[in-house]
Amino acid sequence: MVTFHRPVDLAEALQVRAETGAIPLAGGTDLLVRHRNWAGTLPRIDKPVVYVGHLQELRRIDISGNGSGPQMTIGASVTYSELLDHPTTPQLLRDSIIELAAPGLRNVATLAGNICNASPAADAACALYALDAEVELAGPSGRRRLPIAEFITGPGRTALNNDELVTAIHLPPDNSTVKFYKKVGTRRANALSKLSLCACARIVDRTVTEIGIAVGAVAPTIVRDRDIEHHLQNTAPEQLALRIPQTLQQYAELIRPIDDQRSTAEYRKHTALALIEQFLTHELR
Amino acid sequence: MREIRFTLNGREVSTSAHPMARLIDVLRDEFRMTGVKEGCGEGECGACSILKDGRIVNSCILAVGMIEGAVLETPEGIAATDRGRAINAGYAEAGAVQCGFCMTGMAVATEALLRQNPAPDEHQIRTAISGNLCRCTGYAMIVDGIKRAAIKGSGLW
Repeated sequence: MVTFHRPVDLAEALQVRAETGAIPLAGGTDLLVRHRNWAGTLPRIDKPVVYVGHLQELRRIDISGNGSGPQMTIGASVTYSELLDHPTTPQLLRDSIIELAAPGLRNVATLAGNICNASPAADAACALYALDAEVELAGPSGRRRLPIAEFITGPGRTALNNDELVTAIHLPPDNSTVKFYKKVGTRRANALSKLSLCACARIVDRTVTEIGIAVGAVAPTIVRDRDIEHHLQNTAPEQLALRIPQTLQQYAELIRPIDDQRSTAEYRKHTALALIEQFLTHELR
Repeated sequence: MREIRFTLNGREVSTSAHPMARLIDVLRDEFRMTGVKEGCGEGECGACSILKDGRIVNSCILAVGMIEGAVLETPEGIAATDRGRAINAGYAEAGAVQCGFCMTGMAVATEALLRQNPAPDEHQIRTAISGNLCRCTGYAMIVDGIKRAAIKGSGLW
């Protein structure tokens, strides 16, 4: 029978995790669905479970300022609804959360759970790639921080060790002036993405100084390529327009979707490239 | 095994159920709150909706160990209030009920919405019930029922 641990604090949670390898449980909207069983029976989970959704250390949103704007530290047990209620949540993340699932799921599901689940179609994770988020982990030897792209290592795979817990997600100041979020799904609520695009840019004096483009559900992990972005930076929007055909060719090589029950590889690739083109052509101004 | 304590429709209660038992099973089988319905069993359809600390949640994908100390309200608890009666009256007047299976969850979603926003527009109503599936009505009469409930219960929220 599955064992349920309800630690009193993070230290005890880490101890349980280190001693038993228990699976962390926050909102449970992935874990309890994946292990669902018949009505009236316990879920089928072959490992103990350590509940962290109630831990005050992980329930906080902290804002720290530096010269370039507010930095946000999102505790691992903060729910999507709490992020929507918070005035500092960046627009791109907010837009992805609004189109994600439905109110009853957003009230329990967490951003940290979304990245630990590491689905290539994770909508909020896609925003975290575009926003240069970092993931904070705690373990027996202390804390460490990883960029989101290093934390997620493959479909359903992360860099989280068996004795570690995700404690927070750090967002640097969001200085973008253009934000573009597009989710392609079967219906508005409760649909997992066929694909999604999260893009942002900073335009100062008619020059694109920074750009971030993340594409979800088109490869084993979310696609973001700094080299391609680098070639688009420090140009005026009209110069940048001349580079679009070459840029799309570069993305076409990175976008390697699959056929599954939600969509086809062909549709995903065509639509993802069309959305990138739309962002570069119509949104950057 | 340790008792799990919580508040259910204003009453302090406890259960000795396994902490990984589904909340929906504990509410229906132990506390006889059969207004909580099981549809999909995976958080998609909203038939099992309840309020946890004032917010709508799906009780089919919560383990009972997760709700220790929480304040829960089921369709039964909501129906016994003036606001619940206004919701029922609004639905009845609009002809919002066909087979009825989704209705208790819809009423919970309506209560959650009107608590946050006593005068919602159509878009806000449709967002609030976006996690509650109805396969009979096409939703138009439910949206109408919620509008009528907001008027009938004006001042209650």
